[in-house]
Amino acid sequence: MEMKPLTRVILGLVCLLVAIWLVAPTLVVVPMSFNENKSLAFPPQGFSWQWYLNFVTNPDWMSSFLNSVKVASIVAVLATVLGTLAAFGLDRMKARPANLLRMLMLTPMVVPGVVLAIGIYAVYLDAHLVGTLTGFVLAHTILALPFVLIAVSASLEVFDRRLETAAASLGAGALTAFRTVTLPLILPGILSGLLFAFATSFDEIVVSLFITNPYLKTLPVQIFSSITRDADPTVAAVGTILLFATTILIGGGMLLLGRERKGSQ
Amino acid sequence: MSALEPTTPSVAKRGWVSRPFALTLPALILLAAVIGYPLLTIMVRSLSEPQWGVQNYLWFFGAPVNLTVLQRTFVISAWVTVVCVVCAYPYAYLMTAVGPRVRLVLVLCVLIPFWVSGVVRTLSWVILLQDSGVINSLLRAAGFDGIRLIRTQTGVVIGMAQVLLPFMILPLYSVMKGIDLRLMRAAQSLGARPSRAFFTVYLPLSLPGVYAGAIIVFILALGFYITPALLGGPRSTMLSTLVQTQVLSLLQWGRGGAMGVVLLVTTFVLLALAAPVMRSRYREAGRR
Repeated sequence: MEMKPLTRVILGLVCLLVAIWLVAPTLVVVPMSFNENKSLAFPPQGFSWQWYLNFVTNPDWMSSFLNSVKVASIVAVLATVLGTLAAFGLDRMKARPANLLRMLMLTPMVVPGVVLAIGIYAVYLDAHLVGTLTGFVLAHTILALPFVLIAVSASLEVFDRRLETAAASLGAGALTAFRTVTLPLILPGILSGLLFAFATSFDEIVVSLFITNPYLKTLPVQIFSSITRDADPTVAAVGTILLFATTILIGGGMLLLGRERKGSQ
Repeated sequence: MSALEPTTPSVAKRGWVSRPFALTLPALILLAAVIGYPLLTIMVRSLSEPQWGVQNYLWFFGAPVNLTVLQRTFVISAWVTVVCVVCAYPYAYLMTAVGPRVRLVLVLCVLIPFWVSGVVRTLSWVILLQDSGVINSLLRAAGFDGIRLIRTQTGVVIGMAQVLLPFMILPLYSVMKGIDLRLMRAAQSLGARPSRAFFTVYLPLSLPGVYAGAIIVFILALGFYITPALLGGPRSTMLSTLVQTQVLSLLQWGRGGAMGVVLLVTTFVLLALAAPVMRSRYREAGRR
């Protein structure tokens, strides 16, 4: 599209502002985490590592972090298995029922968080699942499932099913064909589903706030209650750690993917 | 093995390939147990507590306080949607107009906040918007004193729009990517000024993306809980917070449930209204 120079400059400036608005606010946790005072007021004073030390030594923070890792790991595996199976089933079904079921399985993404949360809380109270590992895993798995389904379905869509027929015609059983032909080809989709499922569970807060209890807290719950309770800069330290962990994970993943793509070309 | 047993290829046919529905069963069972049953419970409770009847719904639509919050929820969500459309449109357009390198940077700027923990992002907004925060310090330095951002609707809209912006940019970009820019050149060669060509050719073609993004953003905004809870105050309470208060603080499961059902039904009605529009628009976009 031909644009006047002025339009181009304005467009560039607007987009720069939007990009800053998207990325910069989150970075504010970094300077806050080195604050010397127990306050979240800006600008931070002095420099100290004490809040990082507090995160590692304070049992409240550490146990909630470990709980989150534990829950998210189980959820990632469970959601990936269930989601991959479902994606396969939907892929091999007739279009109409498959679309209906797919929409049904994506509902966890659009049901308002609090509505789902009170529902699950009501059921968990009766089933004695509040504050249990099982409770967290079940709730997070269903929330993570849509992401796995989307990721695996996307790679199944580009998968050429004739390859399976070819494998079968060469004498491979269904399982062998799946293991040696289909699985390696859709593995990127499954892995990204796994990553998404882990991230979804690790970050889930609304349902977690309802089904938590003092004995089992996840990290987002701990962060939330810390923000509402007092101005403890430990949250900023945790935020900084999460920020860097995510960036390294995503950056590494992208680099790996890019290299793979280059290699296959 | 007897000769009557099926040979390998037909085993493949007889096995899971011919019964794909069975593969979806584990997910469906979990879905029914952890989504279906709880939502059903809430619906039943909204009609049965303290006794059977529609009293909770009468109460909800009869109390001015509730209606104010309901209206506010819609207003805030509408504002968030408007802010997202206005910011996402030029951004998504630029993504289609630049070279691959700059595009990668722009895509990363969208995806990074998508990936960073939602609670951490809201925390950042608490730090930025608080009365002693960065933005207020800057405003004060610029001579604007006494502007409050945290615990106001403006603060809530700013925080929510940032969280939801990627949901607007990505569908918009995927539609804009498919628009044939030669159409613009054709319009201009026929004598249309760039602005006219934009409004009569490009904008209508990009509308499916705007619809798709706006509906997603609006629906997600309606159910927002964490951002309004942390950035908002009593005068910017949204429906989700009200539901939480009824259930956790007042133990009014009936009333909380009724509110939840209202929120749920609104969401699904909007989705149902939007689905055919979006589908036909997408098809149009695809036909080009």
